[in-house]
Amino acid sequence: MMASAVTEKKKKRMRGKKPWQKRNILQSEVKDGVRITEYNSISLREIKKPSTHIYPGRKVIDPKLLQKYSKGEGVEVKSIGYKNKYLAHKLKEKEKAFQEAEAAAARAEILLTETSGQLLAEDDSYTSHITQRDIRDAVDITSAAKSFDLNLNQFGPYKMRFTRNGRHLVLGGRKGHLAAMDWVTKKLHCEINVMESLHDVCWLHTETMMAAAQKQWVYIYDNQGIELHCLKRMDRVLKLEFLPYHFLLCAANETGYLTWLDITLGKEVIRFPTLKGRLEIVCQNPYNAVLCCGHSNGTVSMWTPNSREPVASILCHPHPIKAIDIDPTGRYMATAGLDRVLKIWDARNLGECLQSYSVGSGASSVKFSQKGLLALAMGNVVEVYRNVTNGGASEPYMRHKSGSTIRDMQFCPYEDILGISTYHGYSSLIIPGAGEPNFDALEANPYISLSARKESEVKALLSKVPAELITLDPHSISQVDTPRLQEKLDAKISLLHIRKPKIDFTPRYRMKGKSGSAQKFKRKQKVKEDKQREFLQAAILQRDQFMEEDKKNKKEKSKPVEILDRFKPKKKS
Amino acid sequence: MSIKSIKVLSRNPDHYLRETKNDIHKVQRNYDPDLHPFEAAREYKLALNAVKLERVFAKPFIGSLAHSEGVSAICRHPSRLACSFTGTVEGELKLWDISHKKCEWTIQAHNGQIWAIVAAPDGGSFFSVGNDKTIKRWSLQRAQEDNDEFPIDTWLCDSIITGITHHRYKNEFVTCGERVLLWDANTKAPKFSYNWSTSGDRNDASVVSIKFNPVETDLFASSDQANNIVLYDTRAKEVKKLKMTMRVNALAWNPMEAFILTAASEDYNVYSFDIRNMNKSNRIVTLHEGHTSAVIDLDYAPTGKEFCTGSYDKSIRVFRTDEGKSRDVYHTKRMFKVNCVLWSGDNKYILSGSSDHNVRVWKARSNQKLGIMKTREHAAMNYAEELKRKYGHFPELRRISRHRHLPKHIYHATLEHRVMKQSRARKEANVRRHSKPGTVPFIPARQKPVVGLEDDETNMPGSSVDHENDT
Repeated sequence: MMASAVTEKKKKRMRGKKPWQKRNILQSEVKDGVRITEYNSISLREIKKPSTHIYPGRKVIDPKLLQKYSKGEGVEVKSIGYKNKYLAHKLKEKEKAFQEAEAAAARAEILLTETSGQLLAEDDSYTSHITQRDIRDAVDITSAAKSFDLNLNQFGPYKMRFTRNGRHLVLGGRKGHLAAMDWVTKKLHCEINVMESLHDVCWLHTETMMAAAQKQWVYIYDNQGIELHCLKRMDRVLKLEFLPYHFLLCAANETGYLTWLDITLGKEVIRFPTLKGRLEIVCQNPYNAVLCCGHSNGTVSMWTPNSREPVASILCHPHPIKAIDIDPTGRYMATAGLDRVLKIWDARNLGECLQSYSVGSGASSVKFSQKGLLALAMGNVVEVYRNVTNGGASEPYMRHKSGSTIRDMQFCPYEDILGISTYHGYSSLIIPGAGEPNFDALEANPYISLSARKESEVKALLSKVPAELITLDPHSISQVDTPRLQEKLDAKISLLHIRKPKIDFTPRYRMKGKSGSAQKFKRKQKVKEDKQREFLQAAILQRDQFMEEDKKNKKEKSKPVEILDRFKPKKKS
Repeated sequence: MSIKSIKVLSRNPDHYLRETKNDIHKVQRNYDPDLHPFEAAREYKLALNAVKLERVFAKPFIGSLAHSEGVSAICRHPSRLACSFTGTVEGELKLWDISHKKCEWTIQAHNGQIWAIVAAPDGGSFFSVGNDKTIKRWSLQRAQEDNDEFPIDTWLCDSIITGITHHRYKNEFVTCGERVLLWDANTKAPKFSYNWSTSGDRNDASVVSIKFNPVETDLFASSDQANNIVLYDTRAKEVKKLKMTMRVNALAWNPMEAFILTAASEDYNVYSFDIRNMNKSNRIVTLHEGHTSAVIDLDYAPTGKEFCTGSYDKSIRVFRTDEGKSRDVYHTKRMFKVNCVLWSGDNKYILSGSSDHNVRVWKARSNQKLGIMKTREHAAMNYAEELKRKYGHFPELRRISRHRHLPKHIYHATLEHRVMKQSRARKEANVRRHSKPGTVPFIPARQKPVVGLEDDETNMPGSSVDHENDT
């Protein structure tokens, strides 16, 4: 029995390994107690023919490109331990699938057809000296047609907004002029006068609906200018934002109220006062759908519909803030204050300022483009900078002087266009290298057909993200919820300070005079005491165990005992 | 002019629009993560939708096949996927074409109840046993062609036979009743009689169910009225006898992991045994709970990953082999006590015969789409499945996917049983608290239903006491 067991064990051990193989051995025999082995002179490797392929295997992916498509570091299988082989195997397979997905996405980059725009000046001149007229003359006719001016000197100053696919433009004049157009084909959808002051305009999820913040309330119009809704819960609004993945219309008003409204249900999600005064400088973070507000005390506060307190607040300038913007990837935040300083911040790790530039005069508006260019409006001048995030913006990339003071501007998504709206109209400027050259048709498609738009609207509604999921870290839902240090401390404290639980017990009715009030009370008291005693005993036991473990840990951490330690003064316990 | 070179984004619309109306739309993709924000949150929402749709489309009932009497036995056709045999309590035997819901052949096979039907491995015949103490063998060919009313073979016995099972490939079958008999199909007399069960009182030792192991082909198991599960080997004799606290109504072997024997018990539970560990305390691998009355029959899916059970509580449950709680529960207003269940050979349907004169056809996965699916449909379903796997543990999703509407009687019975279980546990705890430490041992739930084991080496604990109780 024993012998057989031993051999079985051996077999088990051997199972994982390859059996010993003859390698290049011609002959091997034992002569007079000595093993004599003849080796083959030619090794196997030499016999093997060299590979006939010129390009063996698949093309190696550039690690930088892989980094771009990375889905995170992944699980360390070692940390789980090899005891649970099944789980380890499962995790390994999953990691493999993730890596394959990353590689496939990186390889698919070869299919992207368009390349980014660019502008180079002659050696003795600067790109900032190139005027829009020069550019118009140099580029092809369709691109030149994209640069145009609209003279609207009656109802200004104007606010403006592009749709998410960059195809449509809405203009709203302070004196009530509201116009929507397909700016590429120059086809006007509608043009109305709302006969009230107009503070802000905003597209909803498609180009068929837009919201306008008017004198008293917010109105929703369709693209023919027909009033669809009047939102009386949003009053005296100065700034509108639309969160496209959450279908939330956000409004910031004169008295400091923030409102989130679910446009699919027409229901208000939440409305609360920020207690920070007039809210005019508001932008959304496209990465996590958090609203960022700039205040007159120099702070920027970030708000979600899930908390009445700001989720983050940061002192950016010692002076009132004039403009803020967050880049489309959600990595950087730009703030401009009245102190003529432009600052770049890490939007995900708010702390110290990444870059600080002093600009000529107070900027009234800042805007990031999809490719990371930063436009800065100062009076009637707009300057565009490159590489602002890594300190390379010593001089502007482009510069343009408009006829009147600039009120609002925005880079057109997926185009090399910067739209600026002024006191006396609108003009679009060609800024080469501003837009993302390759769009994803399932997210935003400038060439979308009617049926595809309907389809995508349904798809978008089905994947509408609940408002409760708006947090600073949008990936938090896919991560393990580990207790924070404070929670750990609280758990520790709750162990040390035991509180008697409240016990709610109603004694059953009993016959034969056993349910008099005194009897009942006695019975109740007894049950209560029993339960409480039980609880306390268990809790004390737990606490003692915890303390013991703590002591053990401390002992282990202390230095090993040495011979001379005996002469040290004894510790008082 | 000081421009050295300039390039401005200028797309040719022809590259992005389809040429004619008959073309499909062009869809440019760019997998840059920056263009796809809220990936996790959107996936979560899609997973939530998938789970909700799963419940919306969960309509498992397909149709019913009407009989003139309560259905007592059901069996797969040996060669045709869409066909099966059913037998009633009045001895009527029917062959059904399930895809057309059409009865192909009907015959009065026995006088009295048909207890069991089993197909022969040759694919040309099948056996039925009935209350008239006969075993009949029927030809499939004759059944289809000339409506012949006579069996090709008949065996007469001296007692009622309540079950039959056929060897995987040999020409042998085993019947059970008062005795367990091994027959050779070529001879008229039984080849061997196993009498371990009958050593005690004749009446209560009657065997109720019997099953050959499909892989270890000489092994078979039986369960009897005296709460025993007995393992036999045709090459030897009885191998092991396991005494349970309650009767086992049906047995089934896992077709893929043939060392797993699953037993449907009278105590509302189903137990999966590992027969390799029969002598150890961990013999019950999984305890499947959920029914609120005695479990009458069970059948494994051909994949060996799931099985279905039919119960006296008028419901059918589907269990995963490694999970204690049922995956799904099927019931209708009119279904009465379920006598027999069958999982179809293509792993798509479940058949149940009940005492309300009907055989019902159910989908094995309640939200499954029947019929031909397009590739994109398949892809969408696979994506939904993967999403459910990924986000299924979120409380919101778990609540929706776990919720089942139950008939009133099952719902209330479940609540009642929960209270009973709690009260029993409380009592045991109280007894333990007020007795000398160590005198009231903790017995795991998986060891409670087993009384003891008897084989060549070990004897049943307190076997004499057991006999007294039996009589």
